[in-house]
Amino acid sequence: MPRIQGVDLPPDKPTHISLRYLRGIGPTLALRLCDQAGIDPQRRAKEMSDDDIARIATLLDREYLVEGALRRTENANIERLKHIGSYRGSRHRRSLPVRGQRSKTNARTRKGPRKTVAGKKGVKDLK
Amino acid sequence: MSRSKKKGPYIDVRLAAKVEKGASSGNREPIKTWARDCTIHPDFVGVTFLVHNGKSFLKVYVTEDMVGHKLGEFSPTRIFKGHSGGKAKAATAGPPGK
Repeated sequence: MPRIQGVDLPPDKPTHISLRYLRGIGPTLALRLCDQAGIDPQRRAKEMSDDDIARIATLLDREYLVEGALRRTENANIERLKHIGSYRGSRHRRSLPVRGQRSKTNARTRKGPRKTVAGKKGVKDLK
Repeated sequence: MSRSKKKGPYIDVRLAAKVEKGASSGNREPIKTWARDCTIHPDFVGVTFLVHNGKSFLKVYVTEDMVGHKLGEFSPTRIFKGHSGGKAKAATAGPPGK
């Protein structure tokens, strides 16, 4: 099973699909990587030689931000917003939508599962 | 959608003039302003602003990290103090059950 950046790639999928199992690699970058490393994107990931894998790994190391390093950068950006006391930082802190979306309803991705409040209008029959 | 690069960042002209005047005369007094939509220019670093939030002026001391943000981002316009009746009702309702 090919292994890049500490992540196992699914061996039986086409290479350009397999590469997308790494955080920070989407459809576009996956195809570009195959192109730059001279690998047929349609061949299965397990058919890659060690040399192919090494080429992709060095490309990722040199030019792209993926996996741990990417996560760290993302977190650092959020921490910066919190630290300077900006509105966006405060929205992150309260885990509410950051970009001006409504939060009266919806926004469940940010707010998590519904927390029903007892005694509120419409929840009387919950018992 | 973000602003066209051709125009550059929006900086309130009169506010920038005030900052410059303060810098050249060594005046460190806070600058009172309503220009919440003004982008923070690198020259603003180290200046204290009093940014209007619709009701009062909040002190904003500009640091290097704030460059590129807008003044209004640091002067919140809404105060959320929790939902009504939270604690009192929870106490009388006893343990939450389904």
